[in-house]
Amino acid sequence: MKKVLATIIFCNFLISSVFAADIKVGFVTTLTTPAAVIGEDMKNAVNLALEHLNGKAGTHNIEVVFGDDGFAPDTGKQVTDRLLKQDKVDIISGYIWSHVLLASRKSVLDAGKILISSNAGPSQIASKLCHENFFSASWQNDQTPMAMGEVFNKDGIQSLYIMAPNYAAGKDMVAGIERTFKGQVVGKDLTKWGADAQLDFSAELAKAKVSGADGLFVFYPGAASGAFTKQYHQAGLKDMLPLYSVFTIDGISLPKLQAANFSGIVGSKVTQQWDPSLDNQANKRFVKDFKERFGKYPSFYAAQSYDTINMIASAVIAVDGDMSNLVGLRSALKSADYNSVRGKYSYGNNNFPIQNFYLREVVEDSDGNWTTEVIDTVLTNHQDPYAAECKLK
Amino acid sequence: MDYTLLLIQVLNGLQLGVLLFLVASGLTLIFGILDFVNLAHGSIYMLGAFICASLTYALDSYLFAVILSLPIIAIIGYVFEIFLARPLYARDHLDHVLGTFGAILVIDTIAHLIWGPAGIAIPIPNYLDGQIMISENIEIPTFRLLIIVVGLIAAFGLLWLVNFTKLGMLIRAGASNRTMVAALGIDIRTLFAIVFAIGATLAGIAGMLIAPITEASLGMGNNIIITAFVVIIVGGIGSVKGAFVAALLIGLIDTLGRSFLDDLFKVFMSTAAAENSAPAISSMSIYLMMALILSFKPKGLFPPRLR
Repeated sequence: MKKVLATIIFCNFLISSVFAADIKVGFVTTLTTPAAVIGEDMKNAVNLALEHLNGKAGTHNIEVVFGDDGFAPDTGKQVTDRLLKQDKVDIISGYIWSHVLLASRKSVLDAGKILISSNAGPSQIASKLCHENFFSASWQNDQTPMAMGEVFNKDGIQSLYIMAPNYAAGKDMVAGIERTFKGQVVGKDLTKWGADAQLDFSAELAKAKVSGADGLFVFYPGAASGAFTKQYHQAGLKDMLPLYSVFTIDGISLPKLQAANFSGIVGSKVTQQWDPSLDNQANKRFVKDFKERFGKYPSFYAAQSYDTINMIASAVIAVDGDMSNLVGLRSALKSADYNSVRGKYSYGNNNFPIQNFYLREVVEDSDGNWTTEVIDTVLTNHQDPYAAECKLK
Repeated sequence: MDYTLLLIQVLNGLQLGVLLFLVASGLTLIFGILDFVNLAHGSIYMLGAFICASLTYALDSYLFAVILSLPIIAIIGYVFEIFLARPLYARDHLDHVLGTFGAILVIDTIAHLIWGPAGIAIPIPNYLDGQIMISENIEIPTFRLLIIVVGLIAAFGLLWLVNFTKLGMLIRAGASNRTMVAALGIDIRTLFAIVFAIGATLAGIAGMLIAPITEASLGMGNNIIITAFVVIIVGGIGSVKGAFVAALLIGLIDTLGRSFLDDLFKVFMSTAAAENSAPAISSMSIYLMMALILSFKPKGLFPPRLR
């Protein structure tokens, strides 16, 4: 008996010493609730990035510990604390949701760790709450709708009806569109969001229909996008109120919309800083391997998560695995010296990317799958409008 | 105000109301007659949506999928009663809450394992996918009209069943005095199981009807169950008629609040303040109404007599 026990302990020791990771990366995303569909995509991309790196940054092993925020700010903060205190991670990344990131940021920054957002880009963190240890691998919330606003001006849209969820990012999206759109906003609805989000938009769509607007602009990410697109389609608005969206029609919702055959969305236009059709080597490899492995196109969430891991790996190499060297880590991250799938970009004073934004169109690819394709560059080397309010130099 | 828009919004409110009624009627029967708090009622609603979605793809017909899903959901309700609810009847309400909350977690996880986190969009036949002109400038999606019609048929069917049949008489008697019904030689166990199966079927129908609009998704039941509890409390626990009136009332208040509150607020405050406060107040509106009604009628609008 004793012998068996000793063997088990020895084996455990052996396993743990073989797989002991040098660098631990915390990655907070949503793995439960319907929004888990986004989390799953991000997790897949993280694992693909690790595979492409052979699990190593230079000579150092990287281990990613995933945390589930349950689509709620309080749970997100708890899981962040757990990653910091219990799992003792060296760096924290992830975060889909702006309100979750806002609730969790203090824990990470107070612990003196680097925080990288793989998606959320709330205006607060770009302006007053900016921090030298915070980096965005995505965008500031306002930027993508700002690009959309420019598209409206070009297309001669005079009046607009806006719908978005009522939370930090929803408000930023509305602010972003109002920043560049020169026409008139004739109506606006902010709907309930979170684990018990409102998914039946009958009342709002009826209002939009009678508003007489030239176009309908929406922001409904994740599971809400399918529900919204469907109801828009069923309400027969396609010909009288053209749909424009950001973060709504993406790699996550397209396969589902195609399965239900909502052909109305083919040809619809969205803005984004990345697209599967972007022509650079890193992106080609990422999209090809992602499609092979998971049988569908990666979403922008996946692209940003893939970038996050590569960005962290580049910083780890720069400081040779010394994660206490914050100065070195910061300057490596700030240089954005890695092969991003969106192509080359740089960082502004508030550590948000200065990058291009593209207009993309929903098309059918050669295999008959629905995807998006870049048709125009709307904003070139665009910096978010909050950078001036950040006191970092 | 624009009366066409008002009418459309009333129809939208009616649609939300009948869906709420389908969920709440089962809940009120189970709570009122069996004195059993079933938080997992929302999970049955979710299962209805998912099973119907899978069958729609398997059979290539939404209609057949619904017809086939009904007995499946009834059986799930029946089995749920035997294995989960029955052992808990003798315990107090806290144990019911704990037991059924556990059931929610288990059912949600099973659904996650079977159907994945993505949710399923259900395609509906073309003749249901368009819009119907009610008058010259009033047009609503056909499918939403169908929800109202099916919901009302189910509601009147249930009211008929409860008020004019022998089974309904036993159900009402059970709601009033369970011990007496048992003492008169009625097989109260089977009656309970049947009530449970009826409740589950109604919730399942609601799930099947809403799925083509919002998709079948994880946790969809947890969204509606809170509102359903508000409905049965406002309507009077155990009263089907009360649930019907309260469900329509709440559906209308919620929809009209969402659509007109910001315009109303703009009359006496700035546009920015109205835009910020209206969504917050409208999501509170049904609870405000509940507080108001309970302060006048603490047992709800139509409490069953002789409890």
